[in-house]
Amino acid sequence: MKRFLFIALLVATNAFAQTIKIGELNSYKVFPAFLEPYKKGMELAVEEINASGGVLGRKIELVTRDDGGNPGDAVRVAEELISREQVNVLMGTFASNVGLAVSNLAAQRKVMFLASEPLTDKIVWENGNRYTFRLRPSTYMQTAMLIPEAVKLKKKRWAIVYPNYEYGQSATASFKKLLKAAQPDVEFVAEQAPPLGRIDAGAVVQALADAKPDAIFSSLFAADLQKFVREGNMRGLFKNTPVFNLLAGEPEYLDTLKDETPTGWWVTGYPWNAINTPAHKKFLAAYRKRWNDYPRQGSVVGYTAVVAVAEAIKKAKSTDTEKLVEAMKGLEMDSPFGPIVWRALDHQSTMGAYVGQLAKKDGRGVMVNWRFADGANFLPPYEEVKAIRKD
Amino acid sequence: MGWGSFLIQFLNGLAGASSLFLVAAGLSLIFGVTRVINFAHGSLYMLGMYLAVWLSGRVGFWAAVPLAAAVVGSVGALIEILVLRRTYKAPELLQLLATFALVLIIKDAALWAWGPEDLLGPRAPGLEASAPIAGGAFPQYDLLLMLLGPLVLVLLQLALKRTRWGLLIRAATEDREMAGALGINQKWLFTGVFALGALLAGLGGALQVPREPASLNVDLSVISDAFVVVVAGGLGSIPGAFLAALLIAETKAFCIAFGWSDATLVIEFFIMAAVLVARPRGLLGRPQAPVRVAGAAPAPLEIPGRRVLVAGAVLLALLALLPLATGGYTLVLLTDVLIFALFAASLHFIMGPGGLYSFGHAAYFGIGAYAAGILFLRQAATMEFALLLAPFAAGLGALVFGWFCVRLSGVYSAMLTLAFAQIAWSAAFQWDRFTGGSNGLVGIWPAPWLASKTAYYLLTLALCVLGIFLLWKMIYSPFGYALRAGRDSPQRAEASGIDVRATQWAAFTVAGIAAGLAGALYAFSKGSISPESMGLQRSVDGLVMVMLGGIQTLTGAAWGAALFTWLQDAAARSFDYWRAATGMIILALVMVLPGGIGSLLKVRR
Repeated sequence: MKRFLFIALLVATNAFAQTIKIGELNSYKVFPAFLEPYKKGMELAVEEINASGGVLGRKIELVTRDDGGNPGDAVRVAEELISREQVNVLMGTFASNVGLAVSNLAAQRKVMFLASEPLTDKIVWENGNRYTFRLRPSTYMQTAMLIPEAVKLKKKRWAIVYPNYEYGQSATASFKKLLKAAQPDVEFVAEQAPPLGRIDAGAVVQALADAKPDAIFSSLFAADLQKFVREGNMRGLFKNTPVFNLLAGEPEYLDTLKDETPTGWWVTGYPWNAINTPAHKKFLAAYRKRWNDYPRQGSVVGYTAVVAVAEAIKKAKSTDTEKLVEAMKGLEMDSPFGPIVWRALDHQSTMGAYVGQLAKKDGRGVMVNWRFADGANFLPPYEEVKAIRKD
Repeated sequence: MGWGSFLIQFLNGLAGASSLFLVAAGLSLIFGVTRVINFAHGSLYMLGMYLAVWLSGRVGFWAAVPLAAAVVGSVGALIEILVLRRTYKAPELLQLLATFALVLIIKDAALWAWGPEDLLGPRAPGLEASAPIAGGAFPQYDLLLMLLGPLVLVLLQLALKRTRWGLLIRAATEDREMAGALGINQKWLFTGVFALGALLAGLGGALQVPREPASLNVDLSVISDAFVVVVAGGLGSIPGAFLAALLIAETKAFCIAFGWSDATLVIEFFIMAAVLVARPRGLLGRPQAPVRVAGAAPAPLEIPGRRVLVAGAVLLALLALLPLATGGYTLVLLTDVLIFALFAASLHFIMGPGGLYSFGHAAYFGIGAYAAGILFLRQAATMEFALLLAPFAAGLGALVFGWFCVRLSGVYSAMLTLAFAQIAWSAAFQWDRFTGGSNGLVGIWPAPWLASKTAYYLLTLALCVLGIFLLWKMIYSPFGYALRAGRDSPQRAEASGIDVRATQWAAFTVAGIAAGLAGALYAFSKGSISPESMGLQRSVDGLVMVMLGGIQTLTGAAWGAALFTWLQDAAARSFDYWRAATGMIILALVMVLPGGIGSLLKVRR
C-alpha cells in the first residue's frame, strides 16, 4: 500500500510539474493589427483553462514565437519549438504560404499543427495532411456565404477587384464559379488585380467605373480596402452599385474606415457588440474584463484555437500526437460563435462567420441586417473534397 | 474607354507621378551630393505620414503638413550628424548598412508610438470633394497634388541654379574633393543636404495622408519605388527623376485602364531595366566624377597564412564533430547559418574582389531553390539529382542577367541586378502552374538517407564549405587576380590584356552558381519554397551580411552571415521589439568596427 501511494504521488507530482506546451508561431511584426488581439485571445483562454485546473491535471503553457512572416524563418522557428521547446502541439501562422510551409513540416516531423489564421483552401484540401487542422472559415467558405445575397440581387454585370495573390485569386475563382452556377446569365465585365498593399486606387476605381458594372465583388482588405473606399466614395463609384466585400466587416479592417464606412455593402465579419448568444456574451465580458478593450476577429480565433487544443487533449486523454490527431477528427466543442465540429474528412472546423451589411453609427462602421452563417452549410459536398484531398 | 476616361486616367497618372517625385527628389539630392544610398528614405517618408496623421488631430491638416516635414527634416539632420558623419571615411556602402539599421529602428519606433493599426488620416479640409471632369469625378486634392510635384521641381531647380547654397551643392555633386579644397565646409553642406532630402521625404509622406492610411509597411514599398525613379531618371538629376516618375506613373495608370492590372506588380522594374539597357546612366544622368578619397582604397587581400589555415581546419573539424555533442535545434540553426554563409560568400565574391555591387543577389538563390523544387516535384527527379542540377539553373540565370549588368557601373549596375531580381520574383509569383504562385511549392524533402537533422547538417556542411573554399581559392587564382585588377584599375587591366567585362561576367556567373547551391540546400532544408526566397528582403539580408562581415576581408561574409542569422534568431525570441534591437546592434557594430567583424581577424595576425 505504501509503495502504491508512493508511486501515485510520484505520478501526480510529475504530472503537475510538467505543463502541456502549445508552441505558437505567428507573424506578429508583419500583421500586428490582427495578431495583437489574437494573442490576447489566446492568453485569455490559457488563463481560463488553467484557472479551472488545467487539462488532465496539467497546466497549459503557451510558447509564442515571431515567425518573421516568411516560410523559411517560420520553418526554422517551428523546428525550434519542436526540438528545443519540446512542444506538444504547434499552432498559429497567418499568411497562406507560411501556413502551408509549416503544415508540410508538421507532416514531415509528425507533430499536430492547428492552423489558426490562414484562409487558404489548399491547407485542408489540395495540400491537406494528417497532422494539420484549420480553424477559420476558409476563403471558399466565406465567399460561399456571400453568394445567397449576391444571387438575390439578380445583377447581370459584375466587376471584380482582388489583391493579386492566392487569397484574392481563389476568392475570385470561387465567386465566379458559385455565382455562375446559381445564375447562369451572369457576366463578369472587369477584373482588377492590384498588387497586395499597393493598390493604385484612383486608377482602379476609374477602370471599374468604365466597365459600367451592376455590382462589384471585392476581396480587398487592410490598407488596400481603405484606399479603395476613400477613392470610390470620392469618385462616386458606390453610389448606385452594390458592393460585396469579403472580410470587410471584421473590426480589424472596419474600424479604420470610421465615418467613411460605405453603407449597404455586403460583407463577412464580426459584429462584436450586437451578438447576444450566451456563449458570446460570456466571452465578451471575460475579454473586456481581462484586457479593457473590445475583441476583434483575431481575439475570437486565438481564444478558440487554444480551447480546441485543450478539448482535443481532454478527449484523447493524452498528449500523444497520434492520439491527438484521432481526437481532433470529429471533435465537437463550443466557441464564442456557438458549437463547432472539426470535420474528420478534411480537418476543417465548421466555425462560421457573420454576414451582413455595413452601416454608419456615431461616426464609425457597424454591421447591420446580419445573420450567422454556420460554416457547416458552406462546404462543398463530401465527394468533391474527397477527390481533391490526396491522403 | 471613352476620351473622358482616358483624360481622367491621364490625370490619375499625373497625381501619382507627383507623389512619386516628391519622395524620389530627396533621395536623388542626397545621393548626388553625399553618395549615400539612403535606405532609410522610405522610413522618413513613413514617419512623415504618421506625424501628419497625428498632428492633423491637433492642429489641423494644413498646419500638420509643414510641421511634419520640418520634424522629419530635423530627424534627418540628427541622423546625419550622429550616424552618417562617422561613416564617410569607412569602406563604401557602409552607409547602406547604417541606414538599414535605421529602417529597423524607425519601424519599431513607429509601432511603439502609434500602435499596430493603420491610421487613416483626414481628407484635406476644403478639398474633400471631387471636381466634375470629362463626365467623371476627380478628387480636388489630386488636382492640387498634380501641381505640387512640378512646383517642388521648379523650386528645387531655382534653389540649385540661383542661390549660393545651390552653387555649392552643384559643386560638391560635380567634384567633392575640389569643392572641399576650395574651402567649402563639407560637413555642414552634407548635413544641410541630408536634412533637406529628409524634409522632402517627410513632405511627400505628409501630403500622401489624404490618399492613403499611414501603415508600417509603407517604408519598404516606398523605398524601392523611390530608388527606381531616381536611378531610371539618372542619379543626382532632379528633372530626370521627375521624368521617370511621370513615365512610371502614367504607364501604371494605363495598364490599369486597359485591364492589365496584374502587370503593375513589377512594372516599374521593367521600365527601369529597359531604360538602363538603352541608356546606361538613366534618362538624364551625366557621368559622375570619380570619387577620389571616399574611404581608403582597399588593400590587396593577403594570402591566408599558416595560422589562419590551421584555425580554419580546427573550426571545420569542430563543426563536423558537433552532431556528437548536440542534436536538435542547434543543428537546424547551423544549417541555416551555413547556407547563408555560402550565399553571403558568393555575394562577397562579386562585391569585394569583383567590385560589382548587386542589390538583387537573391534572384540566384531563388532560382536555385525553385529549380530544385521544380525538378523534384514536377519532373520527379531524385533529390540528389535536383540538388546537383539546380545550381546550374541559377548559373544560367546569372549568365543572362550578368551580361547586361556588367555593362553598367556602380549603383546603376546594382539597380539593374535588383530589377532582374524583381522580374524573376514576379515570374515566380505569377506563374501559378509552374511555381505554385504566391504560395510556392511544398513537399520538397531530402532523400530518406539525408532526412535526419544530423545527416542533412553534415551534407550542408560539406557542400557549403566546399563552395566557400572554392570561391576563396578562386580569389587567389589568376582569374581572381584579373578580377581584382579590373576593379582597382580598369584601364591598366585592359592594357595588360585582361578582358575586364568578360572576367566580371564570368565572376557573376560563378557567384550565381554558388548562390544557387545555397538556394537548393535551403529548399530541401525547409521542405518548401515560396517567392520570398528571392524577394528584396533576402537580397538586402545578403548585403547586410557582407557589410557586417567587412567587404574588404576574405572571411568576413561568412562571419557576417553567422552573426546576422544568429542575431535575428536570438533577438526574435528575446525581445518584443526585436527589429529595433537588431538595428541597434548593427548600428553599434558600424560605429565600432567600420571594417566589419572580419577585420578583427586581420588585426590579430
